[in-house]
Amino acid sequence: MIEVVSADRCVQCDVCIKVCPTDVFDRGPDGLPAIARQGDCQTCFMCEAHCPTDALYVAPFSGPAPAGSPHTDEAALAGAFGEYRRIVGWGRGRTPGSRADRNHIFTERLRTAPRNP
Amino acid sequence: MNELTADVLVAGGGPAGAWAAVKAAEAGASVVLADKGYLGTSGATASAGTGVWYVEPEPAARETAMASREGLGGHLADREWMARVLDQTYANMNELAEVSKYPFPVDGDGRQIRRGLQGPEYMRRMRVRVRRAGVRVLDHSPVTELLADGSGAVAGAAGYHVREDRPFSVRAGAVVLATGGCAFLSKALGCDVNTGDGALFAAEAGAELSGMEFSNAYAIAPAFTSVTKTAFYSFATFYRSDGSVLEGAGSRRGRSVIARTLLSEPVLCRIDRATPEEQRAMRLAQANFFLPFDRQGIDPFTDLFPVTLLAEGTVRGTGGIRIAGADCSTTVPGLFAAGDAATRELICGGFTGGGSHNAAWAMSSGTWAGRGAARYAAGLGGRAAARPVRALGEAGVRPSGPAAGGHAEHVAAVQAEVLPYDKNLLRTGDRLAAALASLDGTWRELRGTLREDGAGVVRARSAAAMAAHARWMYNAALARTETRGMHKRLDLPEQDPAQRRRLVTGGLDEVWTRPEAGALAVAS
Repeated sequence: MIEVVSADRCVQCDVCIKVCPTDVFDRGPDGLPAIARQGDCQTCFMCEAHCPTDALYVAPFSGPAPAGSPHTDEAALAGAFGEYRRIVGWGRGRTPGSRADRNHIFTERLRTAPRNP
Repeated sequence: MNELTADVLVAGGGPAGAWAAVKAAEAGASVVLADKGYLGTSGATASAGTGVWYVEPEPAARETAMASREGLGGHLADREWMARVLDQTYANMNELAEVSKYPFPVDGDGRQIRRGLQGPEYMRRMRVRVRRAGVRVLDHSPVTELLADGSGAVAGAAGYHVREDRPFSVRAGAVVLATGGCAFLSKALGCDVNTGDGALFAAEAGAELSGMEFSNAYAIAPAFTSVTKTAFYSFATFYRSDGSVLEGAGSRRGRSVIARTLLSEPVLCRIDRATPEEQRAMRLAQANFFLPFDRQGIDPFTDLFPVTLLAEGTVRGTGGIRIAGADCSTTVPGLFAAGDAATRELICGGFTGGGSHNAAWAMSSGTWAGRGAARYAAGLGGRAAARPVRALGEAGVRPSGPAAGGHAEHVAAVQAEVLPYDKNLLRTGDRLAAALASLDGTWRELRGTLREDGAGVVRARSAAAMAAHARWMYNAALARTETRGMHKRLDLPEQDPAQRRRLVTGGLDEVWTRPEAGALAVAS
């Protein structure tokens, strides 16, 4: 689930509010996106991919991270911000990750692999 | 109330809805697309990576492609439909390259490999194309019910602008339902917008469903996470917590072994049968597959990790709104269905694996439904918006008794009957009958009382849709007294040659299932 909105990184562009398919964010009184309905987060990572300033962190759990978890600690997560967007290949000067897609290998393997009983 | 008019209304902004909107607009229709979330991120495709059933137009290759899945699907698919989906998918994938400039990978000879799509890139480009086609896009604006004219023909829909907190209506000549399947809010990747809403709307308009017994798809995911990518688990070995190998467990036919074991103990996994080259290819095929591992400090190729099975219902199951014509029309005039909202039995029978066929069906059926809806609307000759209409919504919006809230309790009651492996995946007549009786009780209660104000209408209608979906699933599952496709009856483990026909299901307060009339339906 979405756990962190970095106030330092966020430029208040509202993209995450707009693109979240389950409408998790509201604009907070300070202008920053607020995680208003965390329970509706489906952990799809789409907000991270779309955030232009790498200001969001989605923890890898379908439920809320426990209090005190490193997954809610912005300082401990510095290297993870923007990781998914970089792999998707979005942002200035990047090559779309789809250019390196190897999905067809697995489609082919599934077509030809022996099945388990 | 925001009141709009259009020739064609498309409900749903996944791939099927996006293609329907583009093709309806290209056919000259004015088009509104309303999505529950956001066109570009909504649905099962946008957050995943998928293979596509893209086969060069060579007779031998096409024949192999069609023959390969007929047995798995229980011989309920239709060759004519498969052939036209292969043709249409080939055309659409080439359009993605040429019109949308989708950045496909290239092979050693510099030729594009057009057999896969990455969801974020694909759907971002589809959004651009939909908007360039002149379609009016309503994000965060779920349709909540259909409108019909005096003859019963569908004439638009009503919905709710969630972010603006106000209702809207669209008077339309025709409606395409591309709202996805139903995964019962299981938190399987990207599927929580897919609560079967379109099937409820269609049934309220009098449409039929088909293949609802093929609704017990479950995907493997690391425990407590959302990321499903079952294909990669064909490289995995499964273990008990004492480290012994769980014999017979696998990502394909062995999923029931995993389910049965999970009922009483954890199942561990390690993706230990992939070569280093295959490991690298996995990272490039679906980037977010590794996020849960990397962020938990797990190396899935060397470390053991616990797994779970997440329900994918009719998102990966093949049941859905019954298709009555080659243009993806339904049995209700003015109503068309596409993508996972429609039955995929026509090309898959009772089974689909990964996204390949589903992705092909979404773009093909979306194309046909969009064009068909545009043609139908044009045939009304400008009378469409002048027709008096009535709203068709019942459960969750117009209760038969005094209104109360409580959608969350109803959702929990439905989930308790459809998510457990020992009810839905490992099916027996006794368990199905008991679950159906409980679901019927939930339906009666919500039919009598459920209504919520403002944006609450969306959650109330989703709850009603899930309850209806579950009842259709189990009614059909009880009627199919054999094992076929993904529908496995532990009490009836053999395939019965006499039951090689599709089952049609319908009804709301009274649910019914009957064999499809005649032989296997042909395309037109």
